[in-house]
Amino acid sequence: MSGDALVSVDHLVKYFPVQSGSLIRRGREYVHAVDDVSFEVRQGETLGLVGETGCGKSTLARCIARLFDITSGKVIFEGRDISRLSQRRLRPIRRDVQMIFQDPYGSLNPRRRVGSIIGDPYSIHGGIDGKERKRRVQEVMELVGLNPEHYNRFPADFSGGQRQRIGVARALALRPKLIICDEPVSALDVSIQAQIINLLADLQEQLKLTYIFIAHDLSVVRHVSDRVGVMYLGKIVELAPVEDLYVKARHPYATALLSAVPIPDPEVAERRERIVLVGDVPSPIHVPSGCPFHPRCPKAEQVCVDEIPALIPRLGDGPDHVVACHRPMEVGEDLTASHPHISADERIVEPDVVGRPLTAQPEDERSR
Amino acid sequence: MTPVALLEINDLHVSFSTADGVVQAVRGLSLSVDAGKTLGIVGESGSGKSVSTQTITGLTRGALISGEALFEGRDLLAMSQKQLRSVRGNKIGMIFQDPLSSLHPYYRVGWQIVEMIRAHDKETSKAAARTRAIDLLRLVGIPQPETRIDDFPHQFSGGMRQRAMIAMAMALNPILLIADEPTTALDVTVQAQVLQVMKRLQDEFGTAIVLITHDLGVIAEFADDVVVMYAGAAMEKAPRREIFVANHHPYTEGLLFSLPAYGGERRRLNPIPGQPPSLINLPNGCKFNPRCAYAFDQCRSEEPPLTQVGADPRHLSSCWLSHTMAQRVELRAKMLSGVPVSSESAG
Repeated sequence: MSGDALVSVDHLVKYFPVQSGSLIRRGREYVHAVDDVSFEVRQGETLGLVGETGCGKSTLARCIARLFDITSGKVIFEGRDISRLSQRRLRPIRRDVQMIFQDPYGSLNPRRRVGSIIGDPYSIHGGIDGKERKRRVQEVMELVGLNPEHYNRFPADFSGGQRQRIGVARALALRPKLIICDEPVSALDVSIQAQIINLLADLQEQLKLTYIFIAHDLSVVRHVSDRVGVMYLGKIVELAPVEDLYVKARHPYATALLSAVPIPDPEVAERRERIVLVGDVPSPIHVPSGCPFHPRCPKAEQVCVDEIPALIPRLGDGPDHVVACHRPMEVGEDLTASHPHISADERIVEPDVVGRPLTAQPEDERSR
Repeated sequence: MTPVALLEINDLHVSFSTADGVVQAVRGLSLSVDAGKTLGIVGESGSGKSVSTQTITGLTRGALISGEALFEGRDLLAMSQKQLRSVRGNKIGMIFQDPLSSLHPYYRVGWQIVEMIRAHDKETSKAAARTRAIDLLRLVGIPQPETRIDDFPHQFSGGMRQRAMIAMAMALNPILLIADEPTTALDVTVQAQVLQVMKRLQDEFGTAIVLITHDLGVIAEFADDVVVMYAGAAMEKAPRREIFVANHHPYTEGLLFSLPAYGGERRRLNPIPGQPPSLINLPNGCKFNPRCAYAFDQCRSEEPPLTQVGADPRHLSSCWLSHTMAQRVELRAKMLSGVPVSSESAG
């Protein structure tokens, strides 16, 4: 299975230190941004990473690209451990691992011309300058659907969608093997979003790229990914082939997350039972014991408080569908019918928001 | 049955003059909101959806405005600032996209709600206003409101801030709530919580809601009627179901085709080609024609009026294509199968 892995991540941990409160209890606390995560990215696939704000998906991606130093664990790229390499020794790896960022406004220097933004990688890594550089930049501009004649324009002359194409072109310049797309379409309007998604798909096919695709829009992730990992509080709670996850999610959090996505079809939306989670995500500084989701989980039991569940196949799933849950969900199980069996102070309780699904009301009530 | 609309906007025009030219942000928008109902306004950046609601509540400064906005029979656009202030907050509540910049970071959340209540109702004592604020926070699902009321906005999470904004908007029991992208900055699970709170308040108090969003999924779950805006004008107006199942306007169709399928089958997305026009330099004829797969000569010269399409008198579309739904559907099938349709689409 690991034969075709492009990247393997092994027990990766990334903590950020924070200054803790009082003078008396001086001591360092840590944001547990990525907490013991292991998985692999296979050659030529798109691995989607989903999760809510602060779940650590961007940090994880940046650790893989080694934009951050790693607290512990390993990142292995093409069989080579890159987790402890110095910046200088990382250089050749940087050619192979590139990123596309969310904000097409913030990620391009407004004072530099498009040609020089896209051309930077050539000067830095290839020592290619002058005419040859211009030729290559124009070639890659054409590849992403930009007019090569706009070589001398500034980012401000382009619309949001075109700017994102500039970001894609910059990432492609050195023909990398892995591109980490961190919310590449979130800032774009729907019609433009679709253009960029199609572009990324075409480029993958043409150039045999491998993507790690981070997004909070679950329908976009479903569309682009081969496998999807769901993150919660720095951990991967479920990782599965895309259709397995969307059809038979095992983890209660994954199930709730998927059910929260609004569906652009009123008939489906009305039939569907929505699970509204109670409370907010706990602070990543004080991560709950055991399964991090237990304070909000309708199925929580004492074992969930005591033991961290392993990320393994459960309920007879194949080796590709792994879930970190002591009480995984059966297909068709109704999460709203479950009640937690843990003491009340282990739970996050919010009065009054529990229960009633958003749209599914009894027929007679709606007609009134 | 035609109940008197709570809010009726007629032929609203809003433009801004800038150094580059006149920006025509809203061009002849008409819409109406019934009491207790939700009107969804959907459109992309720059379609004028926010500007139009901000204009009727007096929040666009320095704009050239014409048209009328009848709220309970009185024209909001003709009111003085003072009159308008008493309507805003008292009768019309507002929620904006970014809950952090809508709350003052230096003041406690409770103080801000109390101030809001007392600014509109001087009779209320401080203590009564505080009790009311606690009730409101409880109503929107803030845990332990008695203590959380003294928190600063930064101590609230994003979802809680947005719920606090809803509490503030609902403080004086408005009969109309304008929610401008209320959940765009939030995660899906939090979005579900916030929408649930809004829905419950609507059920309990009969508040009418104008919901502005770019998310067709939110519209599908929440709106009764939908207005699709593009380049400052309504392209299509219809009950929710029509918009999703039997839409007429090619722009509405394009928006839906741009979305990934939720059912699982992976098809190539069909984005709308090109990009929205500059509001300074609008194209002739139908404003959507340069990006429209169906466009023919008439589209390039004459702007189509909003007219009834199909059998439902509430279903209006601003398009020259055949107004018979059957013919429209046939044309769509042809377009999808790759037959060029632009030459024969007169109606």
